[in-house]
Amino acid sequence: MAAMTVKTLSEDEFFYGHKACAGCGGSLALRIALKVLGERSVAVLPAGCMSAVGFNFPQLCFGNNAIISTFAGTASMLTGIEAGLRARGITDFHAVGFAGDGGTADIGIQALSGAIDRNDDILYICYDNEAYMNTGIQKSSLTPFGAKTTTTPAGKNIRGNLRPKKNMFEIIAAHGIPYAATASVGYLDDYMRKVEKASKIKGTKYIHIIAPCPTGWGIATDETVEVAREVVDCGLWYLAEYENGTFILNHRPEQFEDVEHYLRRQNRFRHLTDEDVQWIRHCRDEKWRAIHENFKEKTER
Amino acid sequence: MVMHMKPCLREHIPSKLSELPEAPAYEAGYLVTKNAGWRSVRPVIDREKCVGCLQCYLYCPDGVIYRKDGKVAVDYDFCKGCGICRKICKLGAIKMEEER
Repeated sequence: MAAMTVKTLSEDEFFYGHKACAGCGGSLALRIALKVLGERSVAVLPAGCMSAVGFNFPQLCFGNNAIISTFAGTASMLTGIEAGLRARGITDFHAVGFAGDGGTADIGIQALSGAIDRNDDILYICYDNEAYMNTGIQKSSLTPFGAKTTTTPAGKNIRGNLRPKKNMFEIIAAHGIPYAATASVGYLDDYMRKVEKASKIKGTKYIHIIAPCPTGWGIATDETVEVAREVVDCGLWYLAEYENGTFILNHRPEQFEDVEHYLRRQNRFRHLTDEDVQWIRHCRDEKWRAIHENFKEKTER
Repeated sequence: MVMHMKPCLREHIPSKLSELPEAPAYEAGYLVTKNAGWRSVRPVIDREKCVGCLQCYLYCPDGVIYRKDGKVAVDYDFCKGCGICRKICKLGAIKMEEER
């Protein structure tokens, strides 16, 4: 079966007229996923940017069924929706959740872990903008090392976030989930293929997509897609899948782009010293050493 | 012509208590405000240069670029003027023009 492309993608729009900032990466991740999944999708959104910009009563920017969950309860509400519709004899639908990095890796991780443990038939998409952007840029456990947020300010002694980004993709994979993947809003063909693939797998599916935030990252509104490509090209993010107990690397940059260029163009990293940049480069190389050891290479394009 | 699903502007804005639903639920795709006022620049598509590759349509976070006669057009009611489309266009067929 041919992979979904822009030409075959549905022209329906299910996330339209929303109040997200101009150039929002998260809204792009939602929009494309819903176009792939179609109108028989029930979307669950916890507290976060996408619920704040999508539901402004009476303005409802979702063209499909959509509901706001508690911050911690994205996955448990998905479980309930899936079970409820199934109990009513309805089977042709997708229960899909869209939570940010904080709602996934901090606040919602317990409910998500429980849903994966039960192997509920749901799709969970984490749009990762690397901080609590909706409330004004506070650090989450997916904020990368060195990033300046309002709770990890950059001063003379401490230069932004001290902790590395939590490895959420591999934490999810460690549950033995049927399908997990990483993606980037800079590479939508790869993302569309993964959403479509996930939609056809029974059981719990998880997709983690990097979604730059112009407001929180300190980039221009027209740089979102560029930066989302660059983070992959410089090796600080990777496009991979986990399936049948195996990690698969989808895309290996032949030569990494310069980490420093990626970092310095964003206001949140502008305070970093040359040593900090060197440390980030070192951590990237360590990560890729582990990827070489543990991931198989396969490209399905 | 095939009709496509897309949330759209409605004329009626519920304001009285009797118009509000009892449960916190409402009709999907119900828009009552535009986003056009957010914009300081607007994308203008050169239909001579456009080859209909649809990359701008794909990468628009607001989905305001739509397919039209093998090429694309912009819904200016909801475009926020972010400029992603201009950068993604390899043919230079999109220019950002100042809003007056």
